[in-house]
Amino acid sequence: MLLEIKDLHAKVEGKEILKGINLNINKGEVHAIMGPNGSGKSTLAQALAGREEYEITKGKVIYNGKNLLELSPEDRAREGLFLAFQYPIEIPGVSNTNLLKTAMNEIRKYRGEEELDAMEFLTLLKEKMKVVELDQSLISRAVNEGFSGGEKKKNEIFQMAVLEPKLSILDETDSGLDIDALRVVANGVNKLKSDENAIIVVTHYQRLLNYIVPDFVHVLYKGKIVKSGGKELALELEDKGYDWLKVDNVQVAG
Amino acid sequence: MNKYKNIKESFLNNFKDFENQLNGESKSDFHKIRKDAIKHFAELDFPNNKNEEWRYTNISPFLKQRFSLPENHINLDQINVSKYILKDIDAYIMVFINGKFFSKLSQLNNVQNGIKIKSISHCIKNNDNNLLKYLGKYVDYKNDIFSSLSTAFTTDGAFISIADNCIVDKPVYLLYLTLANNVEIQTQPRNLIVAGKNSQLTIIEQFSSTDNSTYFTNTITELILQENAVIDHIKVQEESRNAFHIARMEVDQERSSNFTSHLVSIGAKLSRNDLNSKFNDEGSEAMLNGLFLIEDDQLFDVHSFIDHANANCNSHEHYKGIMDDNSRGVFNGKIMVRKDAQKTNAFQENNNILLSENALINTKPQLEIFADDVKCSHGATIGQLDNDAKFYLKSRGIGEEASKVILLHAFASDVVNLIKVDKVKNYAEEIITKRINTRVKGN
Repeated sequence: MLLEIKDLHAKVEGKEILKGINLNINKGEVHAIMGPNGSGKSTLAQALAGREEYEITKGKVIYNGKNLLELSPEDRAREGLFLAFQYPIEIPGVSNTNLLKTAMNEIRKYRGEEELDAMEFLTLLKEKMKVVELDQSLISRAVNEGFSGGEKKKNEIFQMAVLEPKLSILDETDSGLDIDALRVVANGVNKLKSDENAIIVVTHYQRLLNYIVPDFVHVLYKGKIVKSGGKELALELEDKGYDWLKVDNVQVAG
Repeated sequence: MNKYKNIKESFLNNFKDFENQLNGESKSDFHKIRKDAIKHFAELDFPNNKNEEWRYTNISPFLKQRFSLPENHINLDQINVSKYILKDIDAYIMVFINGKFFSKLSQLNNVQNGIKIKSISHCIKNNDNNLLKYLGKYVDYKNDIFSSLSTAFTTDGAFISIADNCIVDKPVYLLYLTLANNVEIQTQPRNLIVAGKNSQLTIIEQFSSTDNSTYFTNTITELILQENAVIDHIKVQEESRNAFHIARMEVDQERSSNFTSHLVSIGAKLSRNDLNSKFNDEGSEAMLNGLFLIEDDQLFDVHSFIDHANANCNSHEHYKGIMDDNSRGVFNGKIMVRKDAQKTNAFQENNNILLSENALINTKPQLEIFADDVKCSHGATIGQLDNDAKFYLKSRGIGEEASKVILLHAFASDVVNLIKVDKVKNYAEEIITKRINTRVKGN
């Protein structure tokens, strides 16, 4: 098993947001996590990536045989976890290339591998740019600075392509995308999908799941997974909305 | 050591010794200015925190010192001067050691027609009329004590004059190297730059030291830009960490002239930079950029004053500071928009990052606007490194140290990137990187 979340509770600014999440993910699987606004989807994504403001109060997370919660955010990334941000951060003064080169080399150093030389690195960038049809001019520009919404999301998937994570968490990658950009981003993700990695797609809408087809769909509500199913669950949600799940005595799925 | 009851008395006494060493030069025309300056110095008091212009800059460590005149003879065998000169720079180079010009170490061969580069000492000796016409006319040495002191002891520096329409083909680079050998010496580097109509010049000033001695640099640069002249000024200040660096720049701008200043400051125990620019006519521009990195008990102070005395002029100011430990930063940006200075555009910004709880910045915009059709803006930010950005970098596998290094670099980069001379820009990058790396890894 690649990821095992057991009874995860998390607080943000003193307020409990995650109230006992259970989730198992194997290599080769795509899981969609859906839910209404404020259900805790992004909190789960950020907590898994190691954001310090998210205090884990209970539960455990085993990732690739390791206790994930004991790892620093950078070590989680070095162990192959990747979060595509819902709101990618603009970092003026740091070029995309510089970020990726530093990231690559920090990850390789951690894994006891040699640093890439400049040529190898550039070749790799060029190859990966194709995955998301990223405009070449964007890679020498400051990270996300002045990027359009679509470019920012493409850039996240581009970074994912370069870093080749084992577990990717896409946090509302579809938000703010027009239909063309959505297709490009989704195609990129599909190209990166393999039997050796797994993807968690956090989304509010079913739309993205037409392109990235999940093996499992989970519905998060009030900090708990209240229903799990196959890809047809997403369609059902699209059809009926979330209201039919918002009954307090709903059976908690495991 | 303290045979004088206060620093002022010691300077006055130094002046007597100084005059005695001058021999024939004491009859030079310029010496009259020196004597006038020392007279004013004697009447002025060193500022304290009750003086608004020095409110946050405590000079008491300076007042405790007693400085002496540098030895006349400098044994050049003891240092390798070339290692202090920016590598491979293509420039007209003037090297000054302990404030004194060394032509042997300089490179002033085949100077382009239209530009005259001379040492101030040479000009003083020869009663150079052109020098006397300008020197000391733009600095208020009658009312500012450090200016009076600097002017009284002025012996050397660069006098650069550019003929009308001359586009100078390469930068003029002035290296002020202090070789104090643990003697508390005082030097007064003095520069005068007169740029004729439609002329263009890039000038680089670098202040370095061979060791960690305590000494005092009290420098003044007067720049005169005639109509349509363009001057790009770059200063790199990496004095000894025990040095006192007092610097004043007076810029006088005629119609449609364009002045740019870049300051990269990492050295000295106490550094004070006064930058004044005055628009005498319409259509001019002044751009002041600066980056300072300070730590331990360093103090950096920049006081700028842009005098929009006439209409249709633009000024753009941006200073950035990175402060650690117990360091103190002071930014005071004064912009005066006079009554007739309509259509003025004045922009000012000061951004600071404090890396420790004990570091402190006093930042003060000071806009005095007497015209009604103007655009003026100012802003100041004080903060720590952006946590969101840090988390983003970490989430890509970049560790705590490397993240800090990247973000500090990013913060510094926009100011440094404006330096147009690549060799200087790269050097500035290099010393900043070195400082940031030691900082981050040392913490």
